[in-house]
Amino acid sequence: MNELLFLIGFPVIIAILMLFICKEKLRNIIVILSAIAIGVTSLWLLVTCFNKNTILYPFPFEPASNIMYIIELLLAVFILYLGIKYRKIITVALVLIQAGLLVFFETYLAHGMHPVNNLFVDQFSIIMALIIGIIGSLIVVYATGYMETYHTRHPEVKDRKNIFFFILFVFLSAMFGLVFSNNLLWVFFFWEITTICSFILIGYSQSPEATNNAFLALAMNLLGGVAFMIAIIYIGIIDPSGKLLELNTLIMSGQAIALVPAVLICFAGITKAALMPFSSWLVGAMVAPTPVSALLHSSTMVKAGVYIIVRFSPVLAGSLEGFLIALLGGCTFLLASSIAISQSNAKKVLAYSTIANLGLIVACAGIGTYKLMWAAILLIIFHSIAKSLLFLCVGTVENRIGSRDIDDMSGLIVRMPKIAVMMFIGIAGMFLAPFGMLITKWAAIEAFIVAPLGLLFVAILAFGGSITVFFWAKWMGKIISVPQVMERVEDTVKKEKWAVLYILAGLTVVVCLIFPLISSILIEPFVFNIYGQTAQLAQANVTIMAMMLFLLMIMPFSMLFYRKDQKFVGPYMSGMTTSPKMQFTGAMGTVRDTTMGNYYLKDYFGEEKLFMIGTALCLGIIIFAAILTAGVVL
Amino acid sequence: MAMTYLAKSPWILHYDASSCNGCDIEVLAALTPFYDLERFGIVNTGNPKHADVFLITGGINSQNVEIVRNLYEQIPEPKVVVAIGICATSGGVFRECYNVSGGIDTVIPVDVYVPGCAARPESIIDGVVTGLGILEKKKLAMNTAGNTPAKKVGDTV
Amino acid sequence: MISIINAVIYILLAPIVGGLVAGIDRKVTARMQGRVGPPILQPFYDVGKLFEKENVVVTISQNFWVISYLVFMAVSGALFFSGGDFLLVIFAFTLSHIFLVLGAYASNSPYSHVGAERELIQIIAYEPMIILTAVGMYLVTKSFNISDIVASGIPIIEFLPGVFIGYLMVLTLKLRKSPFDLSTSHHAHQEIVKGVTTDFSGPNLAKIEIAHWYEYVVILGVVWLFFGFNPVIAVAAIIITYFLEILIDNTFARAKWQFTLKSAWLIAGTLGLVNLATLYYLRGGVWL
Repeated sequence: MNELLFLIGFPVIIAILMLFICKEKLRNIIVILSAIAIGVTSLWLLVTCFNKNTILYPFPFEPASNIMYIIELLLAVFILYLGIKYRKIITVALVLIQAGLLVFFETYLAHGMHPVNNLFVDQFSIIMALIIGIIGSLIVVYATGYMETYHTRHPEVKDRKNIFFFILFVFLSAMFGLVFSNNLLWVFFFWEITTICSFILIGYSQSPEATNNAFLALAMNLLGGVAFMIAIIYIGIIDPSGKLLELNTLIMSGQAIALVPAVLICFAGITKAALMPFSSWLVGAMVAPTPVSALLHSSTMVKAGVYIIVRFSPVLAGSLEGFLIALLGGCTFLLASSIAISQSNAKKVLAYSTIANLGLIVACAGIGTYKLMWAAILLIIFHSIAKSLLFLCVGTVENRIGSRDIDDMSGLIVRMPKIAVMMFIGIAGMFLAPFGMLITKWAAIEAFIVAPLGLLFVAILAFGGSITVFFWAKWMGKIISVPQVMERVEDTVKKEKWAVLYILAGLTVVVCLIFPLISSILIEPFVFNIYGQTAQLAQANVTIMAMMLFLLMIMPFSMLFYRKDQKFVGPYMSGMTTSPKMQFTGAMGTVRDTTMGNYYLKDYFGEEKLFMIGTALCLGIIIFAAILTAGVVL
Repeated sequence: MAMTYLAKSPWILHYDASSCNGCDIEVLAALTPFYDLERFGIVNTGNPKHADVFLITGGINSQNVEIVRNLYEQIPEPKVVVAIGICATSGGVFRECYNVSGGIDTVIPVDVYVPGCAARPESIIDGVVTGLGILEKKKLAMNTAGNTPAKKVGDTV
Repeated sequence: MISIINAVIYILLAPIVGGLVAGIDRKVTARMQGRVGPPILQPFYDVGKLFEKENVVVTISQNFWVISYLVFMAVSGALFFSGGDFLLVIFAFTLSHIFLVLGAYASNSPYSHVGAERELIQIIAYEPMIILTAVGMYLVTKSFNISDIVASGIPIIEFLPGVFIGYLMVLTLKLRKSPFDLSTSHHAHQEIVKGVTTDFSGPNLAKIEIAHWYEYVVILGVVWLFFGFNPVIAVAAIIITYFLEILIDNTFARAKWQFTLKSAWLIAGTLGLVNLATLYYLRGGVWL
């Protein structure tokens, strides 16, 4: 239990420290040391707990709950104040509703409640803790280097780095609290903290666009919070003793009892994971500094949303509501991947890809067979690593070349070779065999086909998967095509960033190699405990994939054979001679540039059209599910 | 082994260097089913990087001097140039014009000349076959050149 | 069950078989056009000649992309013939195609660029259908492994007629036959020169050609899977299908990419999915 308390409490202490430190160097050192501490503790947790099943900790309910209640009320007042100041009516309304529900619960229902096992750890929590502890800490270290350059590049943004790092560490603490809490009230508390953190960090630059997007995120997450609160009140009404407030008890009590709160909490998860129709907040959140996008909006906070849905997966399995939630995830996967084709802004492509993959995880969780839960957890792991690597690479590139547009990244392999290679690895990790994401999608197809009504999801995966090939491959192509003589701008990138990027790139490859190990140590026991049977990849396939990975690693060495006496000739331009900058003489003797852009297929995959389709479709699904749930209640 | 595959699969690049199109039409006629050059493995690629035989017509004017040179350089070794028509050989009736260079060999080395105005398909085929023989010789020279020591200053060819 | 011997036989013999298939293709095409046509061994002469040419590149990475393409193509095909998982084979093929696309991007020429974009569109056009083919075979034989599908002896074509027609479209795309020869073919050179393969020459081009031969053997092998319950019928089916492809090639004009993408997905969605849905329902897969 000490590791849990350390992981939850230590970042808070560091956070408060961050508020007061103003010297750059001191801050960086403390951040790096804390990151190492957090990472090591997470690993220690793995080492001590991996071979045990669920461990429940009877941490005292009071006074922690009282403190949480007070903090929640204070935060509600804070948001109310900001909402009124910026005239955001929806936010004000939502926070009033949520606070009202909370007060109602605490006043009328909470008295007789004495939940005992408020903290816990099981294999899934360990996996999430590793993601938060290792990837999260790496991103925070990266942020030290990034924020300096960010403020140099954006002198109009007020330097509030101490608040920035304060919030980052509070966020890490909240995430740990979220995955270690067995008490739904506490999960809700940490959930709301992450919402606030996201709100403040998106609005960091305080520009009108950032402020609007921050409030958009806040409103949608608050909507989820309201649903969460309704679920807690429902539990309070049907079981005044508070036993059902414990997550493990709730899930084990079966579908008849737990379905309604499960659906409501999954709705909260859907808003947090930015599935359609709530995807616009994640896309809008890309205005935030890149470490925020990497940490909150791809690898950790949004994973909290899918985490809770995967937790409830056994309750949803086989039900119509579960199917509807899965359908929502599947539609999001298909539509968000399609929209990503038409985007040229790198962060938006990454955002839509994140939304799509989260949708896929939810699709697996909603159907909830044991194979699909296995696939969902693996997806969470692989996606966190690869996506954070990509976000950090894009952030570094943006800081160097001043643009986050993919079309400006041509020739990156010459301008920033090491970053380009790592970006390459990250992109390959997202869609190519034998890397993790593709392997998991393969496992998901094979799992869906044996699930009820699974053919629909197989079709979604078939079409959606091939769509992802298109936009990732054309990004890769852009990086390696060198249009003109270019100079290297890479060497000014800071040391902290290099270390983080190397580690993440290495992790992407290593995790692919050792995932059978992760599967057998952590994921399979977890799935087995819940379902009584577990899934795994056939040994032969694992061997084949290892061989392919090995081949991929050694292929680049083939380039060494060609170094000597290789003849070079310019690209074929119909015989026109071109300068090294690919300029040629056009009609009337004028000098023309050669420009080549990627296909964006806007007529087919345009953002507005598909977004409207997605919103309409998914809203319809939610309304249907809501009617069903209401029907169960009444 | 003295045989090469080059003669069995010569791919041509056909370029009109300001010809009147007469010879070009005859070249294309040679590719039609009537003469069917593909039965010798001859393929008309539009890409110098895939070509072995450069079939040029026309007398070259100032606008396409650079282009002809560029195309020639982009063809990988070994290669032959077959100049088709009297304009390609010497400039033909346009020899005295101010903008005509006066034949392909003013710009790039030519291996086979096929006179005629327009050159008949049979002559063109004959020219290409001669070119293939030269191509083989060049390839063998390339092979042995790889084995001989580097040329010293003062060596004659 | 993975058979290493099959894999080795494939790696050694597939180029020969694929080259012969390509040669027969050209001969039959020529005869359809009223010509004599090149000898059947012509593709081997072509590749032999290409190896004798100088290797010129725009950038040195092109060598790496091409050899990766060839190696992974051979690996994917070897996986298929050794009886591995059909879906993994499909994804391994996608990996090798991406190498070719990246090689085209690396040379940074306009024609290669357009060819690469179109090649990507072709890939995403046929990939859903071929995944649905694998899923269809699973629904019939209850296994994704090629060895099990072959050994099952079930007349798969009876259960998957729609999927088979959809697979014919995949075949047309993969064989680069009109109307879907957008990204690299002999015919499109008025438009995009050689598309994807524009800036490759000599030995690189030879390797790409050999990789294509490896692929021919596999995609015709998938046709075998449909008819494998009777080897004679299977061989006849392969011959008839290939002849049909050559006929289509010679009778249709090249399509635009919009039409290619739309029609491929439409066919996959309708013929493919309806066939699978019917099978799924009849096999009681609705509520398992």
